This record gives sequence, C-alpha cells and structure tokens, in this order.
Amino acid sequence: MSEQIIEGNDGIEGNDGIDGIIEKYRGKPGALIHALTEIQHENRWLPREVMQKVADALEVPFSQAMQIASFYKTFSLTPKGRHEVHVCTGMTCHLRGAAKLQEKVQELTGLAPGETDAESRFTFEAGSCLGSCSIGPELIVDGKHYGRMTPEKVDDVLKRYE
Amino acid sequence: MPKLQSAAALDDYRAKILSARDPAKPCIAVCAGAACGGLDSAAVAAAFSAEIKRAETKVDFRVTGCHGFCNQGPNVIAGPGDICYFEVKPEDAAEIVACTLKGEVVERLVYHHPVTGEKAVHMSEVPFYKHQMRILIGDIPRIDPMRIDDYLAVGGYAALAKALFKMTPEQVLDEVKKANLRGRGGGGFPAGLKWETTKNAPEKTKYVIVNGHEGESAAFMDRAMLTGNPHKVLEGLIIGAYAIGAQQGFIYTRHDSPQMAEHIQAALAQAEDYGLLGKNILGSGFDFAVEMHYDVGIFVSGESSALMRSIEGNPPEPRPKYIRTSVSGIWDKPSNLNNVETWANVPEIIVRGADWFTSIGSEKSKGTKLVSLSGHVVNSGVIEVPMGTPLRTIVFDIGGGVPDGKAPKAIHFGGAMGGSIPISLIDAPLDFDGMSKLGAPIGAGGLLVMDEDTDMVEVARYLLDFLVKESCGKCVPCREGMYQMLKILTNIKEGKGRKFDLERLADLTEVTSLGSLCALGKTSSDPLKSMLRYFKPEFEARIAAGSAAGSEAK
Amino acid sequence: MNDPMVQITLQIDGKETTVPAGTTVLKAAQQIGVSIPTLCHHPELEDYGGCRLCMVEVESRGKTNHVVSCLYPVEKGLVVRTRTEKVDKIRRVIVEELMAHAPDAPELVRLAEVYGADRNRFEKEASFCVLCGLCVRYCAEVKQKHVVGFIENGPAREISFIPELAATECWDCQECFALCPTSYAQAAYFLTEALAFPGQRKARPSAPELRPNTTLAGIPVVVV
Repeated sequence: MSEQIIEGNDGIEGNDGIDGIIEKYRGKPGALIHALTEIQHENRWLPREVMQKVADALEVPFSQAMQIASFYKTFSLTPKGRHEVHVCTGMTCHLRGAAKLQEKVQELTGLAPGETDAESRFTFEAGSCLGSCSIGPELIVDGKHYGRMTPEKVDDVLKRYE
Repeated sequence: MPKLQSAAALDDYRAKILSARDPAKPCIAVCAGAACGGLDSAAVAAAFSAEIKRAETKVDFRVTGCHGFCNQGPNVIAGPGDICYFEVKPEDAAEIVACTLKGEVVERLVYHHPVTGEKAVHMSEVPFYKHQMRILIGDIPRIDPMRIDDYLAVGGYAALAKALFKMTPEQVLDEVKKANLRGRGGGGFPAGLKWETTKNAPEKTKYVIVNGHEGESAAFMDRAMLTGNPHKVLEGLIIGAYAIGAQQGFIYTRHDSPQMAEHIQAALAQAEDYGLLGKNILGSGFDFAVEMHYDVGIFVSGESSALMRSIEGNPPEPRPKYIRTSVSGIWDKPSNLNNVETWANVPEIIVRGADWFTSIGSEKSKGTKLVSLSGHVVNSGVIEVPMGTPLRTIVFDIGGGVPDGKAPKAIHFGGAMGGSIPISLIDAPLDFDGMSKLGAPIGAGGLLVMDEDTDMVEVARYLLDFLVKESCGKCVPCREGMYQMLKILTNIKEGKGRKFDLERLADLTEVTSLGSLCALGKTSSDPLKSMLRYFKPEFEARIAAGSAAGSEAK
Repeated sequence: MNDPMVQITLQIDGKETTVPAGTTVLKAAQQIGVSIPTLCHHPELEDYGGCRLCMVEVESRGKTNHVVSCLYPVEKGLVVRTRTEKVDKIRRVIVEELMAHAPDAPELVRLAEVYGADRNRFEKEASFCVLCGLCVRYCAEVKQKHVVGFIENGPAREISFIPELAATECWDCQECFALCPTSYAQAAYFLTEALAFPGQRKARPSAPELRPNTTLAGIPVVVV
C-alpha cells in the first residue's frame, strides 16, 4: 500500500501545473474547492503534501481542507488508474439491471466501487444518475457512454482499454 | 459585434437576422442531447456535415440540444415541416439530405407505431409529441446553443427588453406573483413570494442563483434545458435580478457534463458581447454579472443552503432554515435561488403575461411542467405537458405504455425524496398539491414507470442506499435514522426480516421526518412511507417468508 | 429583527418570560429553570443543531412546528412545549440511535432512563463516537488550533486527529477529552499517537519533519 503511494508520487516535485494553480488562489480561502477541483483535474488525485501546500497557501486549516477533500467524492486522496470505469446506479438504470452490470465489472476487474487495481489500469466508480436514463443501463469509460449495456457486453468494452 | 444599447437596437438586429433567413429553406437539426450523444449522434452529425459539404447544397444545418424522444435516438428533424427521423445512422445522411432538398420524406426512418405500424411523419402527428405543450423546450431543435443569433431569431431577449424599458422592477415582480409561478425544483414554493422576500431584505447586496444541480435520480430535463437553450434560462435570471435588485448571479451546475458547461459559458460570453449581460444592459443602466460554479459530486449540494455554502467554498452542510436564505444566504447576503425550469418560465410570463400563464394548468398549479419520463416505458425522454395532465396520458398516450406486454405496477416521482403510487391511481392529475397528498410529490419531475415484476422492497432499499451515501452526516435523525432504515430493509430483502421491523421502520420514518435538519433528511423516508402505504402486504409477506424460512432452518 | 434592545415575551411550558430579541428558546428556557436535554450544545461554542435532542414543539400564529431550541430565536407570543408525546418520541429514538454506537455513555444512559429508550433497539456498530462535534468545534473555535476535524460524510463520518499537529498540541492541552460524552476523543487521540508518533507526545518548539508519504495503516508517520 505505501509503495503504491510513493510510486504514484513520482514527478510531483517541481510540478508547474499544481504550483501554478496554488499560486493563482493564494490567500483566498473561499477558493478552496476551486483549487482542489483544478488540482484533481490536473493530477487525478490529491497527495497529502499537496493538500498541505494548498491549506498553507489558501490560509485554511489543514483539517478543513481534509474534510472537504474526503467529503466530496470527485476528489481522490489515493492515486487513480489510467481509465475510469463508471457504472451508473441511478434509479432508472437500477430498475433496468445496473446491479448485475456492477457485479460483472467487479468480477472482471476485481475491484469494488472506489478502488483502483494494482497496475493502475482501472478505477471503478459506481455513481448516481448521469442523465442518460433512456439508454440505461450504462457503462461510461473515460467519459464515453456505452448505453443499453448487458453483462455479456462488458468484457468487450473493457478489453479496448489498456 | 458592437453592444446593443437600446431596445430598438435589439429589435433592429433581430429583424436583420430574420430577413436573412428564409423559413422555407431546407434545414436539418441533429440532436446532441445526453442520450443521443450516448448513441453516438456525433458520428451522425459528422456524416451530415460532410455530406452537405460534399454535395455543396444550401441546407441550414444545426447540431442542437435534446429533441426529447431520447430512446429513439439519434434524432434528426428535417424542415420545413418538422419531419422527425429516428434511430438515424451516419449512412442515412446522404439520403436524408437529398430528400430534404426535394421536399420529400425518407419513409423508412419516420415514426412507426410499434404495435399498429401506423406512420407519423410530422412532429405534430407523432404520438410522443402530439400530447405535449412544448413552450419551454419547443425551440430547442431550432437553436444551436453556441449561436446566440438562433435564440434571437425565435424572439429571445424580447422579454428582457420589455422588462427593462416598459416595466418597473415592482411590475415585473407583480406579474410573476400574479402568474403564481411555483418552484419547479421540488419545493413548489411560489417564486414570486421568494423574490419578494429577497427584494425586501434590508441588505443592498443581493444574489440570484440558478440551481442547475439536478441531483434527483431519473431527472434529466434541467440538463436538457441548460444544454439545449441556456439563453432562455439566462434571460429569466436577468429579468429576475432586475425585479429583485440583485447585482450578481450564480449558475450552479454539475461537474460531470463538459458539453453543458461549454454551452453555458458560450452563452454567458456571447450575451455579454451583445450587451445583454454585464454593465449597462441594453443601455438601461442596469448592471448584472453571472458566474459559474460547479458541484463536486454530492447530492446534498443541491439543497439550497448547502449549495450556497458550496459557492462560498465551504463544505455543503445545510444551515438550519430558521434563517431563510432569501434573507441571509451566500456570505449572509439575501440570495434568491430557483431551479432551472423556474427561471426558464420567466421570459414567457413577461412577454405573454400572467393571464396567459394562469390559463394553463390546474387551479393551484399553473403553467407547464417538464417531465423526465423513464423506466419500464416504451417511449422515454424529456416531455413538457400542462399541469393537471392526467398521469394516464403521460404513461400511455405519450409514453406508449409498458414494453414486452407487461402490466404497469407503480409510478414513482421525485427520485429518492419522492414516493410511489400504485397504478390504480393513474388517473390522478399531474400537479403539486394533489400528488403530494397521494404521497408521491412530483419533485423536480422525474417520472419512473415500474412494471409488474418490480420488487418494491428492493426499490425502497435502493433509494435509502443512495441517500445514505449522500447524507452530509451532521444531524442524528438523518445520518443514523437512514442508516438503520437501510439495515432493516436489507435484512427484509434478504429474508432476514423480523416481526418488529415494521414497527421500528415506522418510528424511524416518523422521527427522521420530524427531526432532520434539512430537506434531504426530512424527505428521505418519504419513498418508504409511500411503499408502506400502498404496498405493505409485499413487505409483510417478505418478513413472514423470511421468518418461516428461518424457523424451517432450525 | 434580532435587535437585543427589543424585549420579547413568550411562554415556555405554561410559564411566561421576557428576554431580549435574538435569544434562543434553549437559553430562555434555561434562564427560567426549564430543562431541555442537549448533547452537542456548549455555552462557549457556536450553536450547532446537530444532535436534535433539544427539539421542542413551538406554536406561533396558529401553526405548530418542531424546532431545535438551541437555534430557534424567540418570537413574540411564542408558545413552547418542551415535553409532548412527539417530542419525547423524537428524543427517545435519537438516544436509541446513538446507543447503537455508544451504549454505555453516561449521559445517554441517563437520558435512556428518562425517555424509556431501549439500548438494544437498533443494530449495534461500536464506533463509540456520536459525532456531536464538541471536540472538533472546541479545537477550532476556542483553541483555534484545528487539530481534530471531521472527515467523510454520512454514516461514514468520523473525527480525525492530524498527526503532525496532535504531536505538538494535544498532550499539553487535552481540553476536548473532558467534553467528549463517550470518551472517544481521548481514545482517538491515543490511537493516533500510537500509530503516528509513538513515544513522542511531548510538545516541541517546532513542527516535526514529515518524510513524504510514509504511512502506516493509512496514517502518515512522523519521523523526527
């Protein structure tokens, strides 16, 4: 577990993107969520010492920054995989069999929702309604929608992603 | 583009656009809404684009927002005449372009009734569209959301000009009050009264907010509205700001829809370019600016006071409502929050008048309502009907009934904070108060049809599972109450239910409703309450079967 | 509207009292000796409204409502009832829900007796924390150190001591330990110390060095 974290940390030092974002919001505690959102987008996760830098620069208590990062589920405090696999678990998709779809993804990837595999290939998320109810149940990989999914089709879809 | 600095300048510019457009000119609109997008409408749009270029034809081509008939996508509408083509593939592009130029119809792609085979060519003939009243979303197939001129061509911003130059803020407020426009986000609270409270608050700095969060499960019409015609919502917001006396607006929306974000940002930028937003709007002296904010992935951030905490940069914990946000909201300033659909109704009310608005709908629920129709239903998508429309019309005439010859069992409204009614009540009209009394408040308008094989115990458990993950965790009745409800329902579902479970559930639903801090907790047990009201035998049977199996195992 | 110069007269359990505008119903009740149970309330901290134990029935302009008295401001002519069948039920069920986590907490045991709560009513989950937030809010508002905070949302919510800060602040303070109704705050501190900075609880003049991303069981390890 700790090895994964150290490895995922490579290349963080001297990262202009993150530092640039922090500088942009220096001294603005009200911009905490904006700052974290941009860093999450840029870096795909929020390492602890980046959190500390953000808290210092934006003048918010570290515990408050951690509360926000752990509260909102778009933030990840652990490194994410190269591909995000998302099963919509909204009400319509649920009625149309999203649970079976979820089981299949779990079976094929070995991941429970929220987890990333050891090779950092996939992060599995089961999230709520994305608004494409009419073509549910849906699998969304890296933002691409695969509608009218059945458990049988999952393998084919996942195979396309290294 | 020099800024338009008067109502006359806007009229002149609009006339200029219209004179350059020929209503008889062939046109094609490809839907790029959420579902059609998921069915790869991008490839269809690309095929049309390429074909039109290749054939060097003069066709007005647009990629638009949601046409509404989501499960039949990719949707294409050809004009003049609003000819609707369904399940269009990229290979069909050449034929559609050729036929549209000649004024002919591609028969194999028009609507065919799944049972009778009867064809319908024009939108006004297609059963799905025929029974609707598309005041808010009717323009979407005519508008490229990235082109403000398209919105101006259908009369956009005329309401704003009228409000700014022909009405005082008080008159605008009165018109909205007279119209009895009720909030369409779930509360059903009269918008005019909320506006008035904010307007009368002593603080000079005021805010107006569009709640575009749409966290309700199975509701997708706000997104269709914001992605397809952001200007209509924006226009309503500016008019509201004028009436209330707000200088700053916020559009709060989801982080997971880049297309919607792009369209809103373009709308804001173009409106500002044209002098319709920002300083000295249309030369009236009224200043108003709008900022976008994104949620960070939690349902409770759609609750109005939590949303405001979120805009401030704080965790979205709702404030206890003894402080009304219309008096003390964002940074403790008076803040008026309304749903996307509520704001979208404002321009029409101003242009056509409150009397027109109140002529539509039922006694206490006026105007139309956007409904996201989905579930076990043949025709699924975004529809708009007058308030008071019987549910039967929506489910059968528009929705086409239940697929696979199954019988419908229940209708669910309001996602995780609503309720289910049995199909025996299907003649009930769609409105705020009646549906509320039946235990299935319409919420934001997500209507889910459930067929005869649906397990109501599982639906109740599923909804609580969703809410438990979305609770902020501050207050005991919501956090602990819902958690214990979920445990009990899971046990019942798995056949481990016990006789006193229903009694415990009754206590939990009562205390969670009474004791929770915010609407999420207060309404969290509503679906379960409705299930126990109408489907109790199913729960009792499950519990009995469970204990029977248990005692057999001994 | 909440101008403290204005005096407001209201009725609590049949007794009339007059207090400055802006006073909460809880405070008004306490001043005339009417006792309302609380858990997350503390006179030195901002009113929180989290535990909901202080809920009472209020009647104003013909409408009856249930509100948390620690936050509800007094109103002219307000009629407050601190014990009714519904109010008692709310309190009973809240106590039962909390006893699923901390069945032996002294205050909960006492309230259970008053309201007839059954400690075994709900399925237990021995987290021992009732998430009253007293430790978090005290450390933030009174000590202004922000050493302990909340993480996560919903039933997954917990308190968390920041190891780097706890190592320098907590041993010489310990003030939140006495506030905690279940003694969990104390336990959480000791667990953090044991995992993150064992044997190094004494306050130091400067913050310890943190070796990047060294963790043990998910908690960063402080290396001095």
